[in-house]
Amino acid sequence: MSASRGHVTRGTVVLDAERCKGCGLCVPACRPGVLSLGSTMNHAGFNIPELREGCTGCMACAEICPDFALEVWKFEVPIAFDASAGAKED
Amino acid sequence: MAPRLMQGSDAVADAAILAGCKFFTGYPMLPFTELLENMAKKLPQAGGVCINAESEIEGINMALGAAATGARAATGSCGQGVSLMQEGIAELALNELPLVVFTMARGQQDYFQCTRGGGWGDYRTITLAPKDIPEAVAHTQELFYLADLYRTPVILYGDYVIAHTSVGIEVEAMEFGPLPAKDEWALDGTMSGTGRARQIWTWNRGKPNTPGVGPDAAWNSIADKYAHIEATEQRFETYRAEDADILVVSFGTTSVFVDRVVDELRAEGMSIGSFRPITLWPFPSVGLEEATRGKQHVLVYELNAGQMVDDVRMYAHDRSVIRSIGGVSQDESGMRQGDLLNADEVRQRIRRAVGEPVAARN
Amino acid sequence: MTIVDITSAPDRAAHKVADFKPNLLQSSEHELCPGCGHPVAWRLVLDALVDLELANNTILIAGHGCYTQMMKISDLDSLQCLHGRAPAVATGVKRMKPDAAVVTLQGDGDMVSEGLHEVLHAAARGEKVTALLFNNGVFGDTGGHMTATTVIGQRTKTSLEGREAAEHGYPIDIAKLLTNIEGAAYVARGAVNTPGMIARTKRMIRRALELQMAGAGFTFVEVLTMCPTGWFVPTLDGPEYLEDSIMETFGIGELKAPN
Repeated sequence: MSASRGHVTRGTVVLDAERCKGCGLCVPACRPGVLSLGSTMNHAGFNIPELREGCTGCMACAEICPDFALEVWKFEVPIAFDASAGAKED
Repeated sequence: MAPRLMQGSDAVADAAILAGCKFFTGYPMLPFTELLENMAKKLPQAGGVCINAESEIEGINMALGAAATGARAATGSCGQGVSLMQEGIAELALNELPLVVFTMARGQQDYFQCTRGGGWGDYRTITLAPKDIPEAVAHTQELFYLADLYRTPVILYGDYVIAHTSVGIEVEAMEFGPLPAKDEWALDGTMSGTGRARQIWTWNRGKPNTPGVGPDAAWNSIADKYAHIEATEQRFETYRAEDADILVVSFGTTSVFVDRVVDELRAEGMSIGSFRPITLWPFPSVGLEEATRGKQHVLVYELNAGQMVDDVRMYAHDRSVIRSIGGVSQDESGMRQGDLLNADEVRQRIRRAVGEPVAARN
Repeated sequence: MTIVDITSAPDRAAHKVADFKPNLLQSSEHELCPGCGHPVAWRLVLDALVDLELANNTILIAGHGCYTQMMKISDLDSLQCLHGRAPAVATGVKRMKPDAAVVTLQGDGDMVSEGLHEVLHAAARGEKVTALLFNNGVFGDTGGHMTATTVIGQRTKTSLEGREAAEHGYPIDIAKLLTNIEGAAYVARGAVNTPGMIARTKRMIRRALELQMAGAGFTFVEVLTMCPTGWFVPTLDGPEYLEDSIMETFGIGELKAPN
């Protein structure tokens, strides 16, 4: 799925890494597909998610997170970005 | 108000309403049914709610819910129905919730049920066993007070005689001492969203902002409470017992027959008296020990295969003089009053017991 | 694409649109498994209570299961009741506190196995409470055993080869049963396995609570929740398994609502 519709980032999240249990539900829930489980682990050994550019602030990740580990923000001014910079591993 | 002829169930209902009962539920079962009928008629008029539950399990849990809001609540049944309520009664006790349970028993077969209980965990139920309707009326009001005072389920041990016979009586409101407020624990939704919401949970773990003491501490504290009640709330009555050689022990409506026979046998020259536990739990161990000192015969007359006699054996001054002279007392009605609720039968059994040598097994 | 920093609040001008946790949670810490659907569903309930201004007027009665932890961390006047009995307890509570919002929370084992009698009768009496069922088709808290809603083919420790009608009988569609009971004013089934389902379910819960406060009668919302542990599937497969098994068997939607 293309994650670079419009090439703007409208929002972002804050992750409470220590609350996260690495369940990964936020990944398929993310509508623009910019969340993925990374290789970083938290204290408990869970792989925590990482976020790429293109977040729309839709809150789907926060609503499906069973551990209340996500907070969602919307930028007053969307940030344009170059979708070709860096590679997203699927 | 002057005395008028009232059925026991009617008088007890009035007493409950005078005590401020606002919620009653029950499932029809003789001889409890009339109490439910009376409450269905009278409680709504007094601003309360009476629900005909769809099972006794449902009933005890409805009553628990009402009690959890701080309302004075009650339920009842008999025998088999109270069996179904055991889990709920224990849950009330371990949540420290007040409730009055009317056991309108079939005879005296439910002594164990009330005093040992069939629920889970370390709990007891204060149980009052009235001997007649006027006492039942007084006990009813007092039980609502005791339930609130100690935050525990409590039981009225009534029976067919109490529930179905009628006497001339004036049901008057009784006054009791002050009681602590309930709003610290009673649920009404108003502490929700304040950061200090209340919680009723037998495991007493509390919430993050208001941690509980945990199950160990909670259940030990509850056990201590019942130990305190056991030490302070024992009640009994003796009749012509101090100088007697023979002591007959009985409870509830049976004791009226026993005391009548005590008078008859005294008139014939027998040295006899009676002892009546009023609290089945806490059993009046101190009073019984004292009353049985120096007695040559301690005869237990109850309408069952031998239940209260276990407690008599535990506490009597000299176990070797105890004899069980009651028995299962069935009759065609199924109400377990039967042949043994009969003064002639009581008299014969006493005479037989003191005429024969006391058996070694006791 | 570049990975962005999500360890702290943004330094560009922004406004928060979603808090970590609802205010009615005293703490977000719980011991439920990764991927558990219960907290997801519970958030919807708390949000609805706040939206409807019932936060200072709610009494919660919870049964026994993993979801009991939700009661423990919630800032609601609460009672944990005996297994299966919540609708009966709620009856006593609501009759004594008719102006409060009374909510019961049970799992499928609690409501449909142990407590089938209580929920049907509370509905028949039209008790003005909102009964919530978090249905994951398994007794999760005891380690993964069959309940009355475990679906055909579902493996549990008491249906090891998968539930078979001949041996284990059929699952009970409690929502459908309730639609036949006149006292039930609102009966709905939602789920929390996808954002779309979450949005629909939020509306169902809100509607149920509104109808309770309007005195319409017994209101019921069943929410299908993920239990990858109890289903013996990998955590990430939870949402799809839910769709293929429980959702496939029972369906989603408002089964009964006032006109």
